[in-house]
Amino acid sequence: MSTVSETTIPIAELRRSQLRFRGLEAGHRACQGCGQALAARLVTEAAGPDVMIANATGCLEIFTTPWPQSAWRLPWMHSLFENTGALASGMEAALKAQGKSTKVLAFGGDGGTFDIGFQALSGMLERGHNVLYVCYDNEAYMNTGIQRSSSTPHAAVTTTSPSGKARMGKRHLKKDIISIIAAHHIPYAATASAAYPSDIRKKVRRALAIEGPTFLLIHSPCPLGWGHDGSQTVEVARLAVQCGLFPLIELERGELTSVMPLRSARPVKDYLKPQQRFRHLFQDDTRAAQELEHLQALADHNIEVYGLRGTNADPLDSDGADTVRRGGMRWA
Amino acid sequence: MPQALEGSQAIAQAVALCRPEVVAAYPITPQTHIVENIAKLVADGKLNCEMVSVESEFSAASVVLGAVAAGSRAYTASASQGILLMAEVLYNIAGLRIPAVMTCANRAVAAPLSIWNDQQDSMAVRDAGWIQLYCADNQEAVDTTIQAFRIAERCELPVMVCMDGFTLTHTLEPLEVPSQEQVDGFLPPFSFARTLDPRSPISVGTLVDPNYYSEARHSHHHALLRAQEEIIAAADDWGQLSGRHYGGLLQVDGPEDARLGILTLGSVLGTLADAREEYPEAPAAKLIKLRSFRPFPVEALQQACAGLSDLIVLERALSPGGGGIVGAEVRAALSELPDAPRVHNFAVGLGGRDVPLDIYPRLLAAAQSSGPTRFAIFDAELDRLPEGDR
Ligand SMILES: Cc1ncc(C[n+]2csc(CCOP(=O)(O)OP(=O)(O)O)c2C)c(N)n1
Ligand code: SF4
Ligand SMILES: [Mg+2]
Repeated sequence: MSTVSETTIPIAELRRSQLRFRGLEAGHRACQGCGQALAARLVTEAAGPDVMIANATGCLEIFTTPWPQSAWRLPWMHSLFENTGALASGMEAALKAQGKSTKVLAFGGDGGTFDIGFQALSGMLERGHNVLYVCYDNEAYMNTGIQRSSSTPHAAVTTTSPSGKARMGKRHLKKDIISIIAAHHIPYAATASAAYPSDIRKKVRRALAIEGPTFLLIHSPCPLGWGHDGSQTVEVARLAVQCGLFPLIELERGELTSVMPLRSARPVKDYLKPQQRFRHLFQDDTRAAQELEHLQALADHNIEVYGLRGTNADPLDSDGADTVRRGGMRWA
Repeated sequence: MPQALEGSQAIAQAVALCRPEVVAAYPITPQTHIVENIAKLVADGKLNCEMVSVESEFSAASVVLGAVAAGSRAYTASASQGILLMAEVLYNIAGLRIPAVMTCANRAVAAPLSIWNDQQDSMAVRDAGWIQLYCADNQEAVDTTIQAFRIAERCELPVMVCMDGFTLTHTLEPLEVPSQEQVDGFLPPFSFARTLDPRSPISVGTLVDPNYYSEARHSHHHALLRAQEEIIAAADDWGQLSGRHYGGLLQVDGPEDARLGILTLGSVLGTLADAREEYPEAPAAKLIKLRSFRPFPVEALQQACAGLSDLIVLERALSPGGGGIVGAEVRAALSELPDAPRVHNFAVGLGGRDVPLDIYPRLLAAAQSSGPTRFAIFDAELDRLPEGDR
C-alpha cells in the first residue's frame, strides 16, 4: 500500500511499467484467503486503468483504505453503504457531460446490493447509466461481523440467524437477485465466481464493451464468515458452482444466453461440509437431514432450469474453465 | 428589465445561468416547480446539462456527490421529507468537502403532515456541515443562488440556499434575471482540485481512525468559519456587478439608536418591514436579517446587537423539549457582550400559519411588558388545546 498519491501517472506509463495492470495493490488488510479481495483484483486487472470506482461501505472498502493509505491505483470513492448505484450514476452523468470515455465501476457487497442499496441500484439500471456494477457476494454482512443478508443461503448460520433447538440457521431462501436484475432488461447481466479467473476476465471485458448498465455477481467466499480455511477459498467457490448452488450464467436483455456447463454435478454435501456455517446440517438429526435434502433440491432445480448439465468434457465447463491459461480468453 | 416570474421559475433560470453540468431531480412540494422548470430549460435546449431524474432524494444527493467528485458542477433541490431522506448523504457531501449547491424550499416536517412553509427541514440538518443561507425574497434567492456556487467552489464546502416554500417559491414577483455575461464575469468555470481522474488516481472517502478524526473535524469546522469571508466577498462583488446587496452574513435595518431589535430569517422579514410602516406609532426597532445561519456569524451578530436592550428572535422551527434553535444560538453569542440585550425567543408561522402584520406591535409589546421569554410559540392558540396540553 502506498500513501494516497497526488502525483500524476500517465496511463501509458502505467501500462508499460507493469506486466499486468494492477488496480488493487497487495498489502491491504483483508483476511487471508479473502475471496472478495481476489475477485476485486481480477476485476480491476481486467478493466484496466481508464476507469473510476464507486465503492459501497463493506469489507472491501474498509480493508483497502485505512487513511492515509490506499491499496487502489485507480480513482476510487466511497460514500455510503446504500447509495453506490446513485453515486456511480452521478459520476457517469458528469463524465458524459464532459465528453469523457472513462468507464464507471460500482462495487458493493451483497448487503449493499441485495438489501439496503437495492433501490439506488434499480434506479441506476432503469435510467440506463453506462456503469458496470459488480456485487461481491459473500452471502452475509461480513464487515459488521457476519449477520444474515437476503443473500445468505437457506439454513446457513450467521450471528443473526443462529442454529439452536428451535432454528436450523437462516429460515428464508437466498434472494434470486440475478433474475431481478435481468428483469430490468439491461444489456448484460452475469454471475461469476472467484474460482474461475478467466471467466471473470471474459465477463468484465464483455460488460465493459457494452454502452449501458451491466451487472456482475461474483461469488466470493469469506473464510471468516463461512468458517473454512483461508487456503480453501478457491476450492469452496468451485464446489458451489460444481454442485449447482451457484450457477454461472449470462443474460442479455433479460434472456439467458449462456451457462457454464457442469461436467458432472457434485453433491451439495461436498460444498457444505468444509464450511462451519453449515456444520449443524451434519448432526444426527432429522431436521438436519431435511435441510440437506432441501439444499440438494435447490441445486437440482438450478441445474434443471438453467440447463447446466454438460454433455462431453468441455474445456470451458466447470471442471475445465479454471485450467484455461491466465488471460487466455479474448472476448471484448 | 424586471420580469414577472414565479420564485421557482426564477431559481431555475438562475441555476441555468450558472451552467451546471449535472442536475438531479426528485419531486416534492413546494420544491417541484424548480426542477420542473430546469427540466423544461433542458428540453428546450436552453440548458445543456445531464438531467438525472432519480428514484429518491437520497439518490438525488448521491448523484450530485458523484458528479462533483467526477469534476462537474452539480445542483439539486428539495424540501421537508426529502431533506430528511437526504440527511445521511448531506453529512457525507460536507465531510468530503464537496462543493455542491442545493435549494431547500423550506417546508414543515411530518408528523403532523403539512406541505406548508416552516424551516424545520433545513434546521434539522444544520449540523451536517453545509453553509446555509436564508433568503428574504425571490430576488435575493436568485442572486444568492449565483453567489452560492462561487462560495461553494472557493471554500470546497456545499451550500444550501434556503427559501420559504410557497411564500417565495410559488409567488409571482417582478424581478431582475441577471444576464449570462454578468454571471460568467462573476462565476468562473467549474474547477475542483480533488477530482477523480484516471491520470492521477486518488482515493476519496477512506476510513479515518481516531488518530486523525479530530483533526479532520477541526478543519471542517474552521473551513466553515473562514467561509464567512467568502460569503461577504461574494455579496460585495455581486453587489458591484448587479447593484443589489442583501448584506453578507446579516443585514441590519432601522434607526441607529433603536433599543429594540427583531432578528429573523427568511421571508417573515418582508412582513415585519411592511408592518413597521403600517404601525409608525410602534416603538422604534431594528430589523436584523440573519442571512448566514451556517457559518453562524457570532462577531457580526454581536456588533449588530450592541446597544440593544431587548432582542426578539423569531424563528420558524423548534427543538421540541429544548426550545428555539436560532434563539439558543443567538443567546449564546450575545452572552459574551458586557450589556447583553434580553432575548425573547418566539416561533411563528409554523406549518404555514399566516403571519399577519399586526404581529409586529404585539411582539414589541410582549418584549416590553414582561421579563425575557425563554421560548414560546407566539401564535399558538392555547385555548384550542385540552387543558393538560396548554
Ligand atoms: C446505513 C447504514 N447501515 C448500517 C451500516 C453498517 N454496515 C457497514 S458495512 C455493513 C455490512 C456490509 O455487508 P456487505 O454489503 O455484504 O459487504 P461485506 O462486508 O460482506 O463485503 C453494515 C451493516 C452502515 N454503514 N450504514
Ligand atoms: S471478513 Fe471475509 S470478506 Fe471481510 S476481509 Fe475477511 S475474508 Fe474478506
Ligand atoms: Mg457481504
